[in-house]
Amino acid sequence: MAWIDFGNDLPGIRGPMVYRPETGAILNELAEILLHDENNTLSRGDREMIGAYVSSENDCFFCHNVHGAMAQHYYQADMPFIDSIKKDFQSADIPEKLKALLAIAGSVQKGGKYVTSDQIEKARTLGATDREIHDTVLIAAAFCMFNRYVDGLNTWAPADRQVYVDRAAMRAREGYSQAGLLK
Amino acid sequence: MPHIDLDENLPGIRALLAFSPETAKPLGELTELLLRSNEGLSPAEREMIATHVSYLNDCFYCHQSHGAIVSCYLNGDNETVNAVKRDYQAAPVSEKLKSLLTIAGKVQQSGKAVLAEDIEHAKEQGATDRDIHDTVLIAAAFCLFNRYVDGLATIAPEDLSTYPLRARQIVEKGYGNHIFLNPQPTK
Repeated sequence: MAWIDFGNDLPGIRGPMVYRPETGAILNELAEILLHDENNTLSRGDREMIGAYVSSENDCFFCHNVHGAMAQHYYQADMPFIDSIKKDFQSADIPEKLKALLAIAGSVQKGGKYVTSDQIEKARTLGATDREIHDTVLIAAAFCMFNRYVDGLNTWAPADRQVYVDRAAMRAREGYSQAGLLK
Repeated sequence: MPHIDLDENLPGIRALLAFSPETAKPLGELTELLLRSNEGLSPAEREMIATHVSYLNDCFYCHQSHGAIVSCYLNGDNETVNAVKRDYQAAPVSEKLKSLLTIAGKVQQSGKAVLAEDIEHAKEQGATDRDIHDTVLIAAAFCLFNRYVDGLATIAPEDLSTYPLRARQIVEKGYGNHIFLNPQPTK
């Protein structure tokens, strides 16, 4: 049970977002820009995968399932493929550039200072732009916030992982708007 | 040197906000709501939570910046600022705030580190659901800001006398795009 009374029984981050809609709207706007906005040279799938990977490293069940399912939807892949990236992205069948960005995201998850010049160089060599490196760091940092918000308030999460997969198409269609929170 | 090409006249997060104004908007609004609200917790107490978490995350720019803002609210009481960073149990702050700083410190480690007894203790000291919510979100948000600032290796001014100037700017005008669109304060 959540540590505080949200006045609703929505799962995960949606509980506190509806409890305090002023901050909820802003957090959703941030998620919309980082993950769903089409004006970005990183694909929606790759941005969701960065969020899912960081959430998995933070052991946040709700977030890594929501965003893993989103990546799965965009990649038109299956759950074992997404799980293989979460578990060991270096051995996964994904582009080298995405591996380089996931390595940066993994360092951010530990702490900002863990990001090395070598990691940045590697990403750049594989074609990553300043903008893409910026967005990777900010997505990873943002999930260090979202994950802590979700688990720090002890929110509940559906145990059935298929639930997240079933919702992904709707979320991809509607984006992270405040209006979609209650659905 | 920063990992990406940033305006070298802007320190810390200000250079990142200028680099990415689309995301600067929600980040500025979130900070304004969380740190400047006077509901339950005062702006000074909210900044103390931000300062403590930034110190635990070893983010020099953020803990100096928010420490300077706390000092500004407390009319230059740097001793309290230092205590809030290093040993808040010894700081001259309320027992309620101490219990919330404990929760914030747990959030800094991981959301899962917060225990039922931490929450219970805070409630016994008079913390409301809203206080606990805001504490967790402030602590979580600084786990974002600290990583954003250090993850891109932004410039943190070594001259500590510049921090109170920017702090006063925040205390007087709040958070928002003015902190990177306007010239940086020099006196």
